[in-house]
Amino acid sequence: MENYRGNGRGIMIPNREVGIVGYGAYIPRFRIRADEISRIWKDGEESLHLEEKSVAGLDEDTATMAIEAARNALERGRINPGDMGAIWVGSESKPYAVKPTATIVAEALGSTPHLNAADWEFACKAGTEALQAALGFVSSGMAHYALAIGADTAQGRPGDALEYTASAGAAAFLVGPGEESLAVLEGSYSFVSDTPDFFRRPLQPYPEHGHRFTGEPAYFRHTLQAGQYLMEHLGTKPQDYACIVLHQPNAKFPERAARLLGFSEKQFRPGLLVEVIGNTYAGSSPLGLTAYLDQAQPGERVLMVSFGSGAGSDAFSFRITEKIRKNLAPLPAVQDYISRRREIDYATYARYRGKLNYG
Amino acid sequence: MSLPQNWRRQAGRYRLQGIKCQNCGRMSLAPRSICPRCHSTDIAPHQFSGKGEIYSHSTLYQAPAGYQAYIPYTVALVRLEEGPLVSAQLTDVDTDQVQIGQKVEMVTRKLREYGDEGLIVYGYKFRPVLKGE
Ligand SMILES: [Zn+2]
Repeated sequence: MENYRGNGRGIMIPNREVGIVGYGAYIPRFRIRADEISRIWKDGEESLHLEEKSVAGLDEDTATMAIEAARNALERGRINPGDMGAIWVGSESKPYAVKPTATIVAEALGSTPHLNAADWEFACKAGTEALQAALGFVSSGMAHYALAIGADTAQGRPGDALEYTASAGAAAFLVGPGEESLAVLEGSYSFVSDTPDFFRRPLQPYPEHGHRFTGEPAYFRHTLQAGQYLMEHLGTKPQDYACIVLHQPNAKFPERAARLLGFSEKQFRPGLLVEVIGNTYAGSSPLGLTAYLDQAQPGERVLMVSFGSGAGSDAFSFRITEKIRKNLAPLPAVQDYISRRREIDYATYARYRGKLNYG
Repeated sequence: MSLPQNWRRQAGRYRLQGIKCQNCGRMSLAPRSICPRCHSTDIAPHQFSGKGEIYSHSTLYQAPAGYQAYIPYTVALVRLEEGPLVSAQLTDVDTDQVQIGQKVEMVTRKLREYGDEGLIVYGYKFRPVLKGE
Protein backbone atom coordinates (compact mmCIF):
# COMPACT_ATOMS: atom_id res chain seq x y z
CA MET A 1 0.00 0.00 0.00
CA GLU A 2 3.02 2.31 0.11
CA ASN A 3 2.16 3.91 -3.26
CA TYR A 4 -1.53 4.27 -2.51
CA ARG A 5 -2.54 7.87 -1.95
CA GLY A 6 -6.30 7.53 -1.51
CA ASN A 7 -8.18 7.39 1.79
CA GLY A 8 -9.29 3.76 1.54
CA ARG A 9 -12.84 4.93 0.88
CA GLY A 10 -12.98 5.87 -2.77
CA ILE A 11 -10.87 9.01 -3.05
CA MET A 12 -8.64 8.65 -6.14
CA ILE A 13 -5.35 10.49 -6.14
CA PRO A 14 -2.74 9.56 -8.74
CA ASN A 15 0.84 8.69 -7.82
CA ARG A 16 2.23 11.18 -10.25
CA GLU A 17 0.71 14.31 -11.72
CA VAL A 18 -1.63 13.80 -14.66
CA GLY A 19 -4.13 16.03 -16.33
CA ILE A 20 -5.76 17.36 -19.46
CA VAL A 21 -3.25 18.16 -22.24
CA GLY A 22 -5.84 19.02 -24.87
CA TYR A 23 -9.63 19.26 -25.07
CA GLY A 24 -12.18 19.63 -27.82
CA ALA A 25 -15.90 20.15 -28.23
CA TYR A 26 -18.46 19.44 -30.89
CA ILE A 27 -22.06 20.61 -31.18
CA PRO A 28 -24.11 20.00 -34.35
CA ARG A 29 -25.44 22.93 -36.34
CA PHE A 30 -29.18 22.29 -36.13
CA ARG A 31 -31.43 23.68 -33.38
CA ILE A 32 -35.06 23.14 -32.56
CA ARG A 33 -36.65 25.68 -30.26
CA ALA A 34 -38.48 24.48 -27.15
CA ASP A 35 -41.57 26.47 -28.14
CA GLU A 36 -41.65 24.61 -31.49
CA ILE A 37 -41.73 21.24 -29.69
CA SER A 38 -44.29 22.64 -27.30
CA ARG A 39 -46.41 23.91 -30.22
CA ILE A 40 -46.76 20.34 -31.51
CA TRP A 41 -47.46 18.55 -28.25
CA LYS A 42 -48.71 20.92 -25.57
CA ASP A 43 -50.36 23.83 -27.39
CA GLY A 44 -47.31 25.88 -26.50
CA GLU A 45 -47.65 25.59 -22.73
CA GLU A 46 -44.57 23.72 -21.64
CA SER A 47 -40.89 24.43 -22.21
CA LEU A 48 -38.91 23.42 -19.08
CA HIS A 49 -37.06 26.75 -19.14
CA LEU A 50 -34.99 25.84 -22.18
CA GLU A 51 -34.58 28.02 -25.23
CA GLU A 52 -33.53 25.39 -27.73
CA LYS A 53 -31.57 22.19 -28.18
CA SER A 54 -29.04 20.91 -30.67
CA VAL A 55 -30.05 18.26 -33.22
CA ALA A 56 -27.65 16.03 -35.14
CA GLY A 57 -27.85 16.21 -38.93
CA LEU A 58 -28.78 13.24 -41.10
CA ASP A 59 -25.13 12.32 -41.63
CA GLU A 60 -24.12 12.64 -37.97
CA ASP A 61 -24.02 10.16 -35.13
CA THR A 62 -22.04 9.52 -31.94
CA ALA A 63 -19.00 8.38 -33.94
CA THR A 64 -18.84 11.44 -36.22
CA MET A 65 -19.34 13.87 -33.33
CA ALA A 66 -16.70 12.06 -31.26
CA ILE A 67 -14.29 12.28 -34.20
CA GLU A 68 -14.58 16.07 -34.51
CA ALA A 69 -14.29 16.67 -30.75
CA ALA A 70 -11.26 14.36 -30.70
CA ARG A 71 -9.60 16.13 -33.64
CA ASN A 72 -9.98 19.44 -31.78
CA ALA A 73 -8.45 17.90 -28.64
CA LEU A 74 -5.46 16.49 -30.52
CA GLU A 75 -4.86 19.72 -32.36
CA ARG A 76 -4.99 21.73 -29.14
CA GLY A 77 -2.58 19.31 -27.47
CA ARG A 78 -0.37 19.21 -30.59
CA ILE A 79 -0.22 15.44 -30.31
CA ASN A 80 0.59 12.98 -33.05
CA PRO A 81 -2.42 10.64 -33.41
CA GLY A 82 -0.13 7.62 -33.47
CA ASP A 83 1.08 8.44 -29.92
CA MET A 84 -2.29 7.63 -28.38
CA GLY A 85 -2.25 4.70 -25.93
CA ALA A 86 -6.02 4.49 -25.61
CA ILE A 87 -9.17 5.92 -27.16
CA TRP A 88 -12.28 5.47 -25.06
CA VAL A 89 -15.76 6.60 -26.03
CA GLY A 90 -18.54 6.90 -23.46
CA SER A 91 -22.05 6.95 -24.91
CA GLU A 92 -25.54 5.52 -24.65
CA SER A 93 -26.34 6.11 -28.33
CA LYS A 94 -23.87 3.88 -30.11
CA PRO A 95 -24.17 3.61 -33.92
CA TYR A 96 -23.92 -0.18 -33.61
CA ALA A 97 -25.45 -2.28 -30.81
CA VAL A 98 -22.51 -4.63 -31.27
CA LYS A 99 -19.30 -3.13 -32.69
CA PRO A 100 -17.18 -0.55 -30.90
CA THR A 101 -17.48 3.14 -31.71
CA ALA A 102 -13.94 3.70 -30.43
CA THR A 103 -12.34 1.82 -33.34
CA ILE A 104 -14.15 4.05 -35.85
CA VAL A 105 -12.83 7.11 -34.01
CA ALA A 106 -9.31 5.65 -33.74
CA GLU A 107 -9.23 4.89 -37.47
CA ALA A 108 -10.49 8.36 -38.41
CA LEU A 109 -7.85 10.01 -36.22
CA GLY A 110 -5.10 7.84 -37.68
CA SER A 111 -4.26 6.31 -34.29
CA THR A 112 -4.60 2.64 -35.25
CA PRO A 113 -3.43 -0.06 -34.74
CA HIS A 114 -1.14 0.12 -31.67
CA LEU A 115 -3.57 1.21 -28.97
CA ASN A 116 -6.41 0.19 -26.70
CA ALA A 117 -9.87 1.16 -27.98
CA ALA A 118 -13.11 0.62 -26.08
CA ASP A 119 -16.60 1.93 -25.43
CA TRP A 120 -17.80 2.85 -21.96
CA GLU A 121 -21.34 2.78 -20.63
CA PHE A 122 -23.11 4.35 -17.68
CA ALA A 123 -25.94 6.49 -19.04
CA CYS A 124 -24.92 10.17 -18.88
CA LYS A 125 -21.68 9.63 -16.97
CA ALA A 126 -20.10 7.29 -19.53
CA GLY A 127 -17.80 10.10 -20.69
CA THR A 128 -16.49 11.02 -17.24
CA GLU A 129 -15.80 7.41 -16.27
CA ALA A 130 -13.73 7.13 -19.47
CA LEU A 131 -11.91 10.28 -18.32
CA GLN A 132 -11.31 8.82 -14.85
CA ALA A 133 -9.94 5.62 -16.37
CA ALA A 134 -7.73 7.57 -18.79
CA LEU A 135 -6.26 9.56 -15.88
CA GLY A 136 -5.50 6.26 -14.13
CA PHE A 137 -4.07 4.67 -17.28
CA VAL A 138 -1.67 7.58 -17.83
CA SER A 139 -0.69 8.02 -14.17
CA SER A 140 0.21 4.32 -13.92
CA GLY A 141 2.57 4.71 -16.85
CA MET A 142 0.67 2.22 -19.02
CA ALA A 143 0.14 4.95 -21.62
CA HIS A 144 1.69 8.34 -22.26
CA TYR A 145 -1.53 9.75 -23.71
CA ALA A 146 -5.13 8.53 -23.55
CA LEU A 147 -8.21 10.07 -25.10
CA ALA A 148 -11.55 10.09 -23.26
CA ILE A 149 -14.70 11.14 -25.10
CA GLY A 150 -18.31 11.66 -24.02
CA ALA A 151 -20.75 11.78 -26.94
CA ASP A 152 -24.46 11.22 -27.50
CA THR A 153 -27.30 11.78 -29.93
CA ALA A 154 -29.97 11.38 -27.31
CA GLN A 155 -33.47 10.13 -28.12
CA GLY A 156 -36.72 10.99 -26.39
CA ARG A 157 -40.07 9.45 -27.18
CA PRO A 158 -42.16 11.91 -29.26
CA GLY A 159 -44.29 14.01 -26.90
CA ASP A 160 -42.36 12.87 -23.81
CA ALA A 161 -40.78 15.49 -21.51
CA LEU A 162 -37.37 14.18 -22.58
CA GLU A 163 -38.05 15.46 -26.06
CA TYR A 164 -37.50 19.05 -24.89
CA THR A 165 -34.01 18.26 -23.69
CA ALA A 166 -32.52 15.17 -25.41
CA SER A 167 -29.91 16.64 -27.74
CA ALA A 168 -26.57 15.96 -29.41
CA GLY A 169 -22.96 16.87 -28.71
CA ALA A 170 -19.52 15.58 -27.79
CA ALA A 171 -16.45 16.55 -25.79
CA ALA A 172 -13.01 14.98 -25.80
CA PHE A 173 -10.15 15.15 -23.31
CA LEU A 174 -6.59 14.24 -24.18
CA VAL A 175 -5.04 13.02 -20.94
CA GLY A 176 -1.28 13.13 -20.43
CA PRO A 177 1.51 13.82 -17.92
CA GLY A 178 1.10 16.70 -15.47
CA GLU A 179 4.02 18.70 -16.85
CA GLU A 180 2.26 18.88 -20.25
CA SER A 181 -1.21 19.54 -18.83
CA LEU A 182 -3.33 22.67 -19.00
CA ALA A 183 -5.44 21.30 -16.13
CA VAL A 184 -3.84 19.02 -13.53
CA LEU A 185 -6.00 16.54 -11.60
CA GLU A 186 -6.06 17.10 -7.82
CA GLY A 187 -8.32 14.15 -7.09
CA SER A 188 -11.39 12.25 -8.19
CA TYR A 189 -14.20 10.33 -6.50
CA SER A 190 -17.21 8.27 -7.58
CA PHE A 191 -20.44 7.68 -5.67
CA VAL A 192 -22.73 4.94 -7.04
CA SER A 193 -25.84 3.00 -6.03
CA ASP A 194 -28.40 0.76 -7.73
CA THR A 195 -31.15 3.30 -8.41
CA PRO A 196 -33.69 2.63 -11.21
CA ASP A 197 -34.33 6.26 -12.19
CA PHE A 198 -33.95 5.82 -15.95
CA PHE A 199 -33.38 2.81 -18.16
CA ARG A 200 -33.85 1.30 -21.59
CA ARG A 201 -34.30 -2.44 -22.24
CA PRO A 202 -32.61 -4.09 -25.26
CA LEU A 203 -34.13 -3.34 -28.68
CA GLN A 204 -36.38 -0.58 -27.32
CA PRO A 205 -35.90 2.70 -29.22
CA TYR A 206 -36.62 5.04 -26.29
CA PRO A 207 -35.75 5.02 -22.59
CA GLU A 208 -38.18 4.87 -19.66
CA HIS A 209 -37.89 7.03 -16.59
CA GLY A 210 -38.82 5.87 -13.13
CA HIS A 211 -40.56 9.16 -12.32
CA ARG A 212 -40.42 8.80 -8.54
CA PHE A 213 -36.67 8.32 -8.68
CA THR A 214 -35.42 11.08 -10.98
CA GLY A 215 -34.91 14.03 -8.62
CA GLU A 216 -33.87 13.68 -4.98
CA PRO A 217 -32.82 10.00 -4.75
CA ALA A 218 -30.99 10.02 -8.06
CA TYR A 219 -29.58 13.29 -9.41
CA PHE A 220 -29.32 15.27 -6.17
CA ARG A 221 -28.19 12.50 -3.84
CA HIS A 222 -25.35 11.33 -6.10
CA THR A 223 -24.26 14.76 -7.34
CA LEU A 224 -24.19 16.35 -3.88
CA GLN A 225 -22.52 13.38 -2.18
CA ALA A 226 -19.80 13.13 -4.82
CA GLY A 227 -19.07 16.86 -4.85
CA GLN A 228 -19.11 17.27 -1.04
CA TYR A 229 -17.06 14.17 -0.33
CA LEU A 230 -14.33 15.08 -2.81
CA MET A 231 -14.00 18.66 -1.49
CA GLU A 232 -13.99 17.42 2.09
CA HIS A 233 -11.10 15.02 1.44
CA LEU A 234 -9.09 17.44 -0.67
CA GLY A 235 -9.58 20.13 1.95
CA THR A 236 -11.09 22.51 -0.58
CA LYS A 237 -14.10 24.82 -0.22
CA PRO A 238 -16.53 26.27 -2.79
CA GLN A 239 -14.71 29.62 -2.68
CA ASP A 240 -11.50 27.87 -3.83
CA TYR A 241 -13.13 27.18 -7.21
CA ALA A 242 -13.55 29.53 -10.16
CA CYS A 243 -16.14 27.22 -11.67
CA ILE A 244 -18.38 24.24 -10.96
CA VAL A 245 -19.63 22.07 -13.82
CA LEU A 246 -22.50 19.65 -13.22
CA HIS A 247 -24.58 17.27 -15.31
CA GLN A 248 -27.33 19.27 -17.01
CA PRO A 249 -30.52 17.28 -17.67
CA ASN A 250 -32.49 20.54 -17.48
CA ALA A 251 -31.80 24.09 -16.30
CA LYS A 252 -33.17 23.71 -12.75
CA PHE A 253 -31.26 20.69 -11.44
CA PRO A 254 -27.66 21.88 -11.93
CA GLU A 255 -28.47 25.38 -10.66
CA ARG A 256 -30.09 24.03 -7.50
CA ALA A 257 -27.37 21.42 -6.91
CA ALA A 258 -24.62 24.03 -7.36
CA ARG A 259 -26.28 26.32 -4.79
CA LEU A 260 -26.78 23.43 -2.35
CA LEU A 261 -23.06 22.67 -2.66
CA GLY A 262 -22.35 26.31 -1.73
CA PHE A 263 -21.55 27.76 -5.16
CA SER A 264 -22.83 31.01 -6.64
CA GLU A 265 -24.20 31.85 -10.08
CA LYS A 266 -20.84 33.37 -11.07
CA GLN A 267 -19.30 29.92 -10.52
CA PHE A 268 -21.88 27.73 -12.28
CA ARG A 269 -22.75 30.03 -15.19
CA PRO A 270 -19.63 29.48 -17.39
CA GLY A 271 -20.19 25.72 -17.58
CA LEU A 272 -23.98 25.77 -17.92
CA LEU A 273 -25.00 25.15 -21.54
CA VAL A 274 -28.31 23.27 -21.24
CA GLU A 275 -30.51 26.31 -21.99
CA VAL A 276 -29.03 26.74 -25.45
CA ILE A 277 -28.02 23.20 -26.47
CA GLY A 278 -30.16 20.86 -24.34
CA ASN A 279 -29.01 17.73 -22.54
CA THR A 280 -26.21 16.07 -24.50
CA TYR A 281 -26.21 13.09 -22.07
CA ALA A 282 -22.66 11.67 -21.96
CA GLY A 283 -21.48 14.94 -23.51
CA SER A 284 -23.24 17.13 -20.91
CA SER A 285 -20.82 17.85 -18.06
CA PRO A 286 -17.77 17.26 -20.35
CA LEU A 287 -19.02 19.96 -22.75
CA GLY A 288 -19.60 22.25 -19.77
CA LEU A 289 -15.98 21.71 -18.75
CA THR A 290 -14.71 22.56 -22.25
CA ALA A 291 -16.79 25.79 -22.18
CA TYR A 292 -15.12 26.75 -18.89
CA LEU A 293 -11.63 25.80 -20.15
CA ASP A 294 -12.13 28.16 -23.13
CA GLN A 295 -12.01 31.04 -20.63
CA ALA A 296 -9.97 29.56 -17.76
CA GLN A 297 -7.00 31.37 -16.21
CA PRO A 298 -3.84 29.86 -14.70
CA GLY A 299 -4.13 29.14 -10.98
CA GLU A 300 -7.92 28.68 -11.04
CA ARG A 301 -9.66 25.51 -9.89
CA VAL A 302 -12.67 23.76 -11.42
CA LEU A 303 -14.91 21.12 -9.87
CA MET A 304 -16.78 18.82 -12.25
CA VAL A 305 -19.45 16.37 -11.07
CA SER A 306 -21.21 14.21 -13.63
CA PHE A 307 -24.36 12.17 -13.09
CA GLY A 308 -25.44 8.97 -14.80
CA SER A 309 -28.75 7.27 -14.22
CA GLY A 310 -28.74 3.86 -12.69
CA ALA A 311 -27.04 5.70 -10.80
CA GLY A 312 -23.79 7.44 -9.97
CA SER A 313 -21.66 10.57 -10.05
CA ASP A 314 -17.97 11.09 -10.84
CA ALA A 315 -16.33 14.14 -9.26
CA PHE A 316 -13.05 15.74 -10.36
CA SER A 317 -11.03 18.64 -9.04
CA PHE A 318 -8.62 20.22 -11.55
CA ARG A 319 -6.09 23.04 -11.16
CA ILE A 320 -5.45 25.20 -14.27
CA THR A 321 -1.80 25.71 -15.27
CA GLU A 322 0.11 28.23 -17.41
CA LYS A 323 -0.27 25.80 -20.34
CA ILE A 324 -3.85 27.02 -20.79
CA ARG A 325 -2.30 30.07 -22.48
CA LYS A 326 -0.34 28.07 -25.04
CA ASN A 327 -0.40 30.01 -28.27
CA LEU A 328 -2.46 27.85 -30.58
CA ALA A 329 -3.79 27.70 -34.08
CA PRO A 330 -7.34 29.03 -34.07
CA LEU A 331 -9.59 26.22 -32.94
CA PRO A 332 -13.36 26.34 -32.65
CA ALA A 333 -14.42 27.25 -29.10
CA VAL A 334 -17.67 25.97 -27.60
CA GLN A 335 -19.14 29.41 -28.25
CA ASP A 336 -18.33 29.12 -31.98
CA TYR A 337 -20.34 25.91 -32.14
CA ILE A 338 -23.19 27.50 -30.19
CA SER A 339 -23.30 30.55 -32.48
CA ARG A 340 -23.24 28.36 -35.59
CA ARG A 341 -26.95 27.57 -35.61
CA ARG A 342 -29.57 26.67 -38.17
CA GLU A 343 -33.10 26.51 -36.83
CA ILE A 344 -35.37 23.69 -38.00
CA ASP A 345 -39.08 23.03 -37.55
CA TYR A 346 -40.61 19.94 -35.99
CA ALA A 347 -41.18 18.21 -39.34
CA THR A 348 -37.51 18.53 -40.29
CA TYR A 349 -36.52 17.49 -36.77
CA ALA A 350 -38.67 14.36 -37.07
CA ARG A 351 -36.98 13.51 -40.37
CA TYR A 352 -33.50 14.06 -38.95
CA ARG A 353 -34.14 12.00 -35.87
CA GLY A 354 -35.87 9.17 -37.74
CA LYS A 355 -39.01 9.66 -35.68
CA LEU A 356 -41.32 9.03 -38.58
CA ASN A 357 -40.61 5.31 -38.24
CA TYR A 358 -42.02 5.07 -34.74
CA GLY A 359 -45.51 5.34 -33.33
CA MET B 1 -19.41 -2.27 -52.46
CA SER B 2 -18.53 -5.32 -50.40
CA LEU B 3 -17.44 -5.27 -46.75
CA PRO B 4 -13.75 -5.96 -47.61
CA GLN B 5 -13.77 -3.26 -50.31
CA ASN B 6 -15.16 -0.73 -47.83
CA TRP B 7 -12.62 -1.76 -45.25
CA ARG B 8 -9.58 -1.45 -47.56
CA ARG B 9 -10.49 2.14 -48.45
CA GLN B 10 -10.94 3.34 -44.88
CA ALA B 11 -7.69 5.28 -44.32
CA GLY B 12 -8.29 7.41 -47.40
CA ARG B 13 -11.98 7.77 -46.83
CA TYR B 14 -12.09 8.39 -43.05
CA ARG B 15 -9.43 11.06 -42.90
CA LEU B 16 -8.38 12.05 -46.44
CA GLN B 17 -5.13 10.13 -46.45
CA GLY B 18 -3.56 9.80 -49.89
CA ILE B 19 -0.12 9.24 -51.35
CA LYS B 20 2.91 11.32 -52.25
CA CYS B 21 5.57 10.41 -54.78
CA GLN B 22 8.89 10.62 -52.97
CA ASN B 23 10.69 11.28 -56.25
CA CYS B 24 8.76 14.16 -57.87
CA GLY B 25 6.43 15.18 -55.02
CA ARG B 26 3.16 14.54 -56.88
CA MET B 27 0.29 14.00 -54.44
CA SER B 28 -2.92 12.13 -55.05
CA LEU B 29 -5.86 10.84 -53.09
CA ALA B 30 -6.20 7.71 -55.19
CA PRO B 31 -4.00 4.86 -54.00
CA ARG B 32 -1.36 3.98 -56.61
CA SER B 33 1.86 2.01 -56.58
CA ILE B 34 3.46 3.87 -59.52
CA CYS B 35 3.62 7.67 -59.90
CA PRO B 36 1.61 8.67 -63.01
CA ARG B 37 3.99 11.59 -63.64
CA CYS B 38 7.51 10.20 -63.15
CA HIS B 39 6.76 6.44 -62.94
CA SER B 40 8.67 6.17 -59.66
CA THR B 41 7.58 3.37 -57.33
CA ASP B 42 8.84 5.29 -54.30
CA ILE B 43 5.37 6.14 -53.01
CA ALA B 44 4.51 6.95 -49.37
CA PRO B 45 1.21 7.64 -47.58
CA HIS B 46 0.38 11.34 -47.21
CA GLN B 47 -2.09 12.94 -44.81
CA PHE B 48 -3.85 15.89 -46.42
CA SER B 49 -4.68 18.88 -44.20
CA GLY B 50 -8.34 18.80 -45.14
CA LYS B 51 -8.40 22.51 -46.06
CA GLY B 52 -9.39 23.63 -49.52
CA GLU B 53 -11.80 25.66 -51.59
CA ILE B 54 -14.76 24.91 -53.81
CA TYR B 55 -13.78 24.60 -57.48
CA SER B 56 -17.22 23.65 -58.80
CA HIS B 57 -20.46 22.28 -57.39
CA SER B 58 -23.85 20.89 -58.24
CA THR B 59 -26.91 20.05 -56.18
CA LEU B 60 -28.60 16.67 -56.49
CA TYR B 61 -32.35 16.29 -56.07
CA GLN B 62 -32.29 12.63 -57.09
CA ALA B 63 -29.71 10.29 -55.69
CA PRO B 64 -28.29 6.84 -56.33
CA ALA B 65 -29.44 3.92 -54.17
CA GLY B 66 -28.31 4.31 -50.57
CA TYR B 67 -28.10 8.11 -50.70
CA GLN B 68 -31.79 9.05 -51.10
CA ALA B 69 -32.13 9.84 -47.40
CA TYR B 70 -29.86 12.85 -47.80
CA ILE B 71 -31.44 14.68 -50.78
CA PRO B 72 -31.16 17.46 -51.68
CA TYR B 73 -27.40 17.60 -51.22
CA THR B 74 -24.50 19.31 -52.96
CA VAL B 75 -21.51 17.57 -54.47
CA ALA B 76 -18.41 19.67 -55.08
CA LEU B 77 -15.00 19.46 -56.61
CA VAL B 78 -12.71 20.78 -53.91
CA ARG B 79 -9.22 22.08 -54.66
CA LEU B 80 -7.15 20.93 -51.66
CA GLU B 81 -4.54 23.41 -50.41
CA GLU B 82 -1.90 20.83 -51.40
CA GLY B 83 -3.12 20.97 -55.00
CA PRO B 84 -5.18 17.90 -55.89
CA LEU B 85 -8.87 18.11 -56.74
CA VAL B 86 -11.22 15.86 -54.80
CA SER B 87 -14.91 15.19 -55.37
CA ALA B 88 -17.03 15.05 -52.23
CA GLN B 89 -20.39 15.84 -50.69
CA LEU B 90 -20.79 19.14 -48.86
CA THR B 91 -22.45 19.16 -45.46
CA ASP B 92 -23.60 21.70 -42.84
CA VAL B 93 -24.48 24.18 -45.59
CA ASP B 94 -27.76 25.15 -47.22
CA THR B 95 -27.70 24.31 -50.93
CA ASP B 96 -28.27 27.97 -51.93
CA GLN B 97 -25.33 29.17 -49.82
CA VAL B 98 -22.62 27.30 -51.75
CA GLN B 99 -20.18 29.45 -53.76
CA ILE B 100 -17.19 28.82 -55.99
CA GLY B 101 -14.02 29.80 -54.14
CA GLN B 102 -15.64 29.21 -50.74
CA LYS B 103 -13.16 27.98 -48.09
CA VAL B 104 -14.07 24.52 -46.85
CA GLU B 105 -12.65 21.94 -44.46
CA MET B 106 -12.88 18.15 -44.25
CA VAL B 107 -15.15 16.44 -41.72
CA THR B 108 -15.88 12.75 -41.28
CA ARG B 109 -19.57 11.93 -41.62
CA LYS B 110 -21.92 9.09 -42.48
CA LEU B 111 -21.86 8.54 -46.25
CA ARG B 112 -24.56 5.89 -46.38
CA GLU B 113 -26.15 3.04 -44.50
CA TYR B 114 -26.93 -0.38 -45.92
CA GLY B 115 -30.47 -0.45 -44.53
CA ASP B 116 -31.24 -0.84 -40.84
CA GLU B 117 -29.26 -4.05 -40.53
CA GLY B 118 -26.18 -3.45 -42.63
CA LEU B 119 -22.93 -1.54 -42.49
CA ILE B 120 -22.72 2.19 -41.79
CA VAL B 121 -20.19 3.73 -44.18
CA TYR B 122 -18.27 6.76 -42.92
CA GLY B 123 -16.15 9.07 -45.01
CA TYR B 124 -14.98 12.59 -45.71
CA LYS B 125 -17.25 15.46 -46.64
CA PHE B 126 -16.51 19.17 -46.69
CA ARG B 127 -18.20 22.04 -44.89
CA PRO B 128 -17.67 25.82 -44.78
CA VAL B 129 -14.68 26.62 -42.55
CA LEU B 130 -15.88 27.04 -39.00
CA LYS B 131 -12.97 29.00 -37.59
CA GLY B 132 -9.57 30.26 -38.63
CA GLU B 133 -7.90 31.07 -41.96
ZN1 LIG C 1 6.59 11.08 -59.17
